Amino acid sequence: MEMLITILSAAVRSGTPILYATLGEILTEKSGVLNLGLEGIMLIGAFTGFSVTYSTGNPWLGVLAAFIAGMCFTLIHAFLSITMGANQVVSGLALTMTGTGATSLLGRHYIGETIKGFSITPVPYLSDIPFLGPVLFNHDVLVYLSFLFVFVLAFFLNHTRFGLNLRAVGDSPRSADAAGLNVQKIRYIYTVIGGGIVAIGGAYMSVAYTKMWGDLMTAGRGWIAIALVIFAIWHPARAAFGAYLFGGVTAFQLRLQTAGTNISASLLMTLPYVLTIMVLFFISVRQGKGILFGSPAGLGQPYYREERE
Amino acid sequence: MSFQQNCCLVEMKNITKKFAGFHANDKVDFDVRPGEVHALLGENGAGKSTLMNVLCGLYFQEEGTISIENRIVELKNPKDAILNGIGMVHQHFMLVPSQTVWENMILGLDNIPQFLPKHRVIEKIKEISKKYGLHVDPEAKTWQLSIGEQQRVAILRVLYRQASVLILDEPTAVLTPQESKKLFQTVMQMRSEGHGIVFISHKLDEVMEFSDRITILRKGRKIATVETDSVTKQRLAEMMVGEKVAFSVDKPDMDPGKTVMEIDNISVLNDRGREAVRNISLELRQNEIIGVAGIAGNGQNELCEAIVGLRKPVSGKIYMFGKDLTSARPKAYISEGVRYIPADRKGTGLIPNMNINENAILKKYWQKPVSRGFRIDWRAVLDFAKAIVDKFHVDAPSMETPVRNLSGGNLQKLMLGRELKDEPNLLVAVHPTWGLDVAATTFVRETLLLERSRGASILFVSEDLSELVSISDRLAVIHGGEFMGMIDDPSSVDLETVGLMMAGTPASEIFPGGKS
Amino acid sequence: MIRGLKVEKRLYRPRWLSVLIPVSGMILALIASGFFMYLLGVSPLKAFKEVIYSALGSKYGISETIVKAVPLALAGIAVLLSFKMIIWNIGAEGQIVIGALATTAVVRYMFIDNPIVMFILMIMASCIAGGLWAAFAGYLKARWNVNEIITTLMLNYIAIHLMEHFIYGPWRDPASLGFPMTKPFPDAARLYQFADTRVHVGIIIAIILGLLFYWIFKNTRWGYEVRVIGENPRAADFAGINYVWNVVFVMFLSGAICGIAGMTEIAGLQGRLQSGFSGGFGYTAIIVAWLARLNPLSVLFVSFFMGILLVGGDTLQIVMRLPLSSTLVIQGLILFFLLGGEFFRRYRIKFITGKEQ
Repeated sequence: MEMLITILSAAVRSGTPILYATLGEILTEKSGVLNLGLEGIMLIGAFTGFSVTYSTGNPWLGVLAAFIAGMCFTLIHAFLSITMGANQVVSGLALTMTGTGATSLLGRHYIGETIKGFSITPVPYLSDIPFLGPVLFNHDVLVYLSFLFVFVLAFFLNHTRFGLNLRAVGDSPRSADAAGLNVQKIRYIYTVIGGGIVAIGGAYMSVAYTKMWGDLMTAGRGWIAIALVIFAIWHPARAAFGAYLFGGVTAFQLRLQTAGTNISASLLMTLPYVLTIMVLFFISVRQGKGILFGSPAGLGQPYYREERE
Repeated sequence: MSFQQNCCLVEMKNITKKFAGFHANDKVDFDVRPGEVHALLGENGAGKSTLMNVLCGLYFQEEGTISIENRIVELKNPKDAILNGIGMVHQHFMLVPSQTVWENMILGLDNIPQFLPKHRVIEKIKEISKKYGLHVDPEAKTWQLSIGEQQRVAILRVLYRQASVLILDEPTAVLTPQESKKLFQTVMQMRSEGHGIVFISHKLDEVMEFSDRITILRKGRKIATVETDSVTKQRLAEMMVGEKVAFSVDKPDMDPGKTVMEIDNISVLNDRGREAVRNISLELRQNEIIGVAGIAGNGQNELCEAIVGLRKPVSGKIYMFGKDLTSARPKAYISEGVRYIPADRKGTGLIPNMNINENAILKKYWQKPVSRGFRIDWRAVLDFAKAIVDKFHVDAPSMETPVRNLSGGNLQKLMLGRELKDEPNLLVAVHPTWGLDVAATTFVRETLLLERSRGASILFVSEDLSELVSISDRLAVIHGGEFMGMIDDPSSVDLETVGLMMAGTPASEIFPGGKS
Repeated sequence: MIRGLKVEKRLYRPRWLSVLIPVSGMILALIASGFFMYLLGVSPLKAFKEVIYSALGSKYGISETIVKAVPLALAGIAVLLSFKMIIWNIGAEGQIVIGALATTAVVRYMFIDNPIVMFILMIMASCIAGGLWAAFAGYLKARWNVNEIITTLMLNYIAIHLMEHFIYGPWRDPASLGFPMTKPFPDAARLYQFADTRVHVGIIIAIILGLLFYWIFKNTRWGYEVRVIGENPRAADFAGINYVWNVVFVMFLSGAICGIAGMTEIAGLQGRLQSGFSGGFGYTAIIVAWLARLNPLSVLFVSFFMGILLVGGDTLQIVMRLPLSSTLVIQGLILFFLLGGEFFRRYRIKFITGKEQ
């Protein structure tokens, strides 16, 4: 039982950066834009968060800086994809490469340095609840912030006017256009903000999780987030579930390794990926039989007010 | 009309709109008065939709001005138009399928609070529904509604935004005659409330019956604006086309020949796994054109796809010259001489980015002389393609031109040419004249009749009843995937009856005792 | 008076544009990366000089460039095949790993002391393994429209973890002091290497495949079918082209060639299977394929160019102590400019001169 709590608690912490990235990408994809550059954006966020926290001593400034840096970096992808109508798959990959390379270059002086970052701040009263307390409420502030984000995003998408407009832009850009919405502007806004949120996920890694900088420290979490968006069927609550699942398996593997039995750990690590394929398979088969699932139609296709067929 | 001093709700002066090299609208004037129904008439390609797209903000004109109630305005995007009281119901509705009716209603409006006041919106929808007789369930998901219901939603939306000018683009294209009547009742009511209504059409009968004024466009230019009472159908047709128009088609009497294809009690599923075609039997014979009338979405596409082998029936059999082809691959059907002209040309029939040569051989590329063994002989391809282009007068800069640059008429001619090149035994044509100008339409019809004389069997699906009636030897009406009846002498039946069948009344109920 | 800009679709695309855009894009990218290096306190001119000299200035340099280019060329051709059908095979990395795994398995369990036999066995194993790995994702896509970007991506990670399982576990070289790698391969399992260089027969395979597929796409029925599917799957259906079979087959080919790439890397170059041997070139291959505009012959040239960058990157690391991933920045920038340039291939910018009303 103790072990279970430890693992679940580690799952939440380990899953948090993935959760941020997934939530950010959900926002982006809901507008109809596909952003495969998450790994690069997370690294930019991690580096910016670390370096600003290092220089100023204030982790909040670090997170803010990461958010802004993520937005600016994503702006490149937004411009190419939305205004220039470029191939979004390739653009996203280019973003990943550039982000990875740039942070490697920029971060080389920070290797080995540490910062104080965010420390664990248990929530009063809530952290004393048996089982749920240690699992959910015994973390640092960014984790709590991510809980908030899940609720806020879900509410925003389904119960606000802006959310309605966003969904329309992703589901049927032509209809949104005819209804008077500015499709390009909305896509820009949510792609860029989404990128900023992804960057926070990266910042979490360096400012709260490890409190260090390492080359390529996100270790593929950005890619996992991309898959999780679909696993979650573009819904924030399911995204949380998926993120913690992956986080849990990663944490579990680390425990196994320290316990000395790492032979089957690698095989265990394949579990989340296998699960994702299975979920995707079930969704696709059901989708083939009919109703829409909340997937933005024409995801990844640029929209121009077509001047004549 | 009693609003003389304000004259017009909308006045468009001297509007010019160009696309890559040609004038879609050339110095067009157009105005709408309050309390009138103003029809915009013209062939496909005349510039009607373009003009209205300029008015509703989707396009921006190169020259000319737009005035709303005597103030000059600039409509740079749809939002400006909506704010100025202009509402358009497009041919393809522009609703978000995954959202509910009430969500679609308020989409894009700024004066709605953030935390969606669902109940207030629904109340207002019900109010407007009642007033104009447009009934729809506000909480239904749009993709689950029928086409007629979706159109009602689109109209409701325009009224919800308090538009003073409503533009309807070919509204009856997707309706039965009965539904069209209801639509015009609504239009009349809106007219009496002082709205200005523009409806775009190419159907002379409708235009004559329901409009106060008519503006005729031809090839981007305005030919005239006339009071409906003062003009005849013949005169309208002449203005539309620019020359004297013959209304009838020259169809020689012929006895049907051998049975080419026998369709025995087939049922076909659609993409969602639901039955789109239910127990249909049909005999297709040489020298015969069988027309299929029906509202889009009642199984025509699935039926045609089954007939050409693209979709396997889940029950029943298909025989070609006696051979059982039910489970054969599409290529087998093609080899037996079955050819298909689908409804969407750029989608299914042709490949927009490939050039004329490459498109021409789409049905032939694995056969001699175009290919030898596994290689393609591009010189033979060129000959093949050129023969088609010459025979069917396809107008294109070169054989290497990507097909996306061709006009609708030329695309259709290319596709027709390709499908007919090998003198098919069975030709399935779906809306072959849709979107074509009069010259191309006449060409297509004449070609089909020639094929009929040559000995082909033709299945002709269309939504244009007058076309079907004049061309078909026999006319079937399809509804909900079943045949409501087979009319053996189409020219003798009245459109009311056909309309009833299209809406789901079987012939046995209309003519007790048997088919007409 | 200029009232604004108007973007217009081009009616025809002139040939010279197809050359001007990539070239100017690359030049702009090089200038931008030079600027970036300058900001970092590195002299761009010195950096470029080092890169060019080390990659092309000696026989060894050129051979090293080729060594880096060969797996990129192979994987690039593999990826290009699927891209021609608009199937986004992001799984090259995993397919390469699976090919390498299969190769290692053959060496371990089916060793025969004859280089030709081993060569055949290794190629067959890597082809089949890589092919099946990719075909699985292809079938899911063709039959049920399962998003191939995600499935191939997931399969990458599964493949990598599978490999780790073996090389940390049952296949680990006891003499390697805990490093994740296998024992070195026996000589018969190694590929022939030319002269004193590290260039192996992989280069021949790459060139043959490049020429072969170029010819196939231009002149054969099957090439036409593949192009039609890529352009318009519905029209392909309409023409009687079997979508499912073709997608699965092309994905199989794609994975198989990636498998060969993996095989040549470990049997030709590295001589053993070790963690991280692929160095991400499965992803770089996607860039190569795209830069080559999906033309098999161009892939050979583009991968050579990429090889220059990679060799240069190695040099920069040693000589100027820049991390290896700095070349990624240059690659990324090139892509950005090229993506932007694509826009001008399709559209034209015109100035609207409005008349005064």
